[in-house]
Amino acid sequence: MKVIYLDNNATTRVAPEVLEAMLPFLRESYGNASSMHGFGGQVGKFITEARERTAQGLGCSPEEIIFSSCGTESDNTAIFSAVRSQPEKRHVVTTRVEHPAVLNVASHLEIAGYEVTHLKVDELGRLDLQELEDSLRPDTALVSIMHANNENGVIFPLERIAEIVKSKGILLHTDAVQTVGKLPIDLQKLAVDFLALSAHKVHGPKGMGALYVRRGVPFRPFMLGGHQEKGRRAGTENVAGIVALGKAMELAAAGIDEENTRVKALRDRLEQGIMSAIPDVRRNGDPENRLPNTSSLAFKYIEGESILLMLDQYGICASSGSACTSGSLEPSHVLRAMGVPFTFAHGSIRFSLSRYTTDEEIDLVLRELPGIVSRLRAMSPFTGKDEAAPGCAC
Amino acid sequence: MWDYTDKVRDHFLNPRNAGPMDDPTVVGEVGSLACGDALKLFLKIDDAGRITDATFQTFGCASAIASSSVLTELLKGKTVDEAAAITNKEIAMELGGLPREKMHCSVMGQEALESALKRYRGELDPLVKPEGEIVCKCFGVTDVQIRRAITENDLTTVEEITDYTKAGGGCGECVLDLERILAETRGTEPAKPKPVAPKRKLTNLQRMQLVTKVIDEEIRPSLKKDRGDIELLDIEGAKVLVSMRGACSGCPSSQLTIKELVQRRLRDAVDPDIIVEEVRS
Repeated sequence: MKVIYLDNNATTRVAPEVLEAMLPFLRESYGNASSMHGFGGQVGKFITEARERTAQGLGCSPEEIIFSSCGTESDNTAIFSAVRSQPEKRHVVTTRVEHPAVLNVASHLEIAGYEVTHLKVDELGRLDLQELEDSLRPDTALVSIMHANNENGVIFPLERIAEIVKSKGILLHTDAVQTVGKLPIDLQKLAVDFLALSAHKVHGPKGMGALYVRRGVPFRPFMLGGHQEKGRRAGTENVAGIVALGKAMELAAAGIDEENTRVKALRDRLEQGIMSAIPDVRRNGDPENRLPNTSSLAFKYIEGESILLMLDQYGICASSGSACTSGSLEPSHVLRAMGVPFTFAHGSIRFSLSRYTTDEEIDLVLRELPGIVSRLRAMSPFTGKDEAAPGCAC
Repeated sequence: MWDYTDKVRDHFLNPRNAGPMDDPTVVGEVGSLACGDALKLFLKIDDAGRITDATFQTFGCASAIASSSVLTELLKGKTVDEAAAITNKEIAMELGGLPREKMHCSVMGQEALESALKRYRGELDPLVKPEGEIVCKCFGVTDVQIRRAITENDLTTVEEITDYTKAGGGCGECVLDLERILAETRGTEPAKPKPVAPKRKLTNLQRMQLVTKVIDEEIRPSLKKDRGDIELLDIEGAKVLVSMRGACSGCPSSQLTIKELVQRRLRDAVDPDIIVEEVRS
């Protein structure tokens, strides 16, 4: 059965060009870039080239790029660096809808005695910039706000956020794991100090990430050891991964227009097709200002895991913000922060497309999904009823 | 993805006896949309007390639907007394097992059956007036349900209680109560004994130190699990002034948290006269 992969915000297929670029470094060119002999040392130039490609995709200088193992390491590095370089400042600002790579670091800081402000979002997943401005204090060490949300796709106004935060002289970090390759990013114009990205979200391999650190920003390494990355990130270079990231960034930069035209048109056709064919469906998040590939839809009266498993019968891969898929007992923190009613939150499904998504795949989803929803609703005791059953004090 | 057995998958994808029943003898209901799981069980029972037909409607995940489906198969042909002996273990075993975290789906089946049989017998429906005291406010689980799950499934940890009943799986406020109920039911000491209120009169300094210790070591970690926090502002005799932070700040249930979690724990551990008040900043 053919796989219809519509879960690209979770991970992406490795592009054939990326795979080709990295294979030599897993086969014959396996030397250590730090070695003095030519066999190892020769791979150094490929690292330099990949750094240049990555920087080019972000509009920054190659020296401002630090390679890491993933987006999470990049996020962790940025946050810990910011607080360690300003030990007198004990306040951090973030949002309630960040990825766990940021939220769990914030919790760790709280336990260590930091005060953390978690900014709210409204019912469309949007930030209140006045709340952001009001939250900033003389002892604020860092503001960490994602560029776009991985679940609902809502894009935060990072340029305006940067204006507010930088006007107070505070460091700004953004988790751009979901926007790199989907939105144009020019770090010459976007005044963030740290930006995290991950290769496997842009058709690169898993286990590879990068962190942008603006020149002049005080930096404390997260990983200590050898002199790699100019002492900013120790550990033998993942040459194959670095080369792959460079290639993936090059392809992503070239594909931004397609992402914003063809992929967006496919997403809109999928969304409109579902919403016109199936009653009681709600879109989670800002309908306008969101990632071109992402559609988060909530199906009233039924539960997300059940929808996913039935879609899986047709090879359709999506994801859910419902509780049952995560091992948690409550819907995702993002849906809760948005105040999505329980009647919808439990039945939320995220479709995230990529440059490889085809018209035929969208057709298949539009053909099969209405029947799945209809089957599950026929089994649901709540179909057509809005009130919860008695017996629960929730 | 959950590791479901073939039988769970089969019952989920090809549910038996799904849908409402015309003219049922009795209906049992448990759960709610807010809780994330709900089951409505329809039974037709003949004059001899034998179940001649059973159908269901379920809101929930694959294991909830499969548990409901297999339950209706188990019920058909049984007398009411035989049906009353069906346990959640039997439902799970019939499916070839469920992931540990999904065992509450089998418990939901057992509870829906009980609800139906109580109505059939004309007994008070536990859904009209839940038997016991609500312990987990997030999922509406009572101490009676928790004790029973512990006994019938030989549960030994709070995590297992959550897997089987969902209690403790939301805000986490009830975890201390779950530890206590677990210890009482199993006739053991709580795993982590809490400091008890000293019998002698405390000096102001001792009181402040003990209040600070309990808030820092017990209450704050509990609130932080749900992204909340608390700040101790002042202690005036028996009055403890606090300010709620993080997600607890502005939470509609913050007064409940202050009285049921903070005040109760401080009364237990420090002084039974303590009154906790929130200072809104």
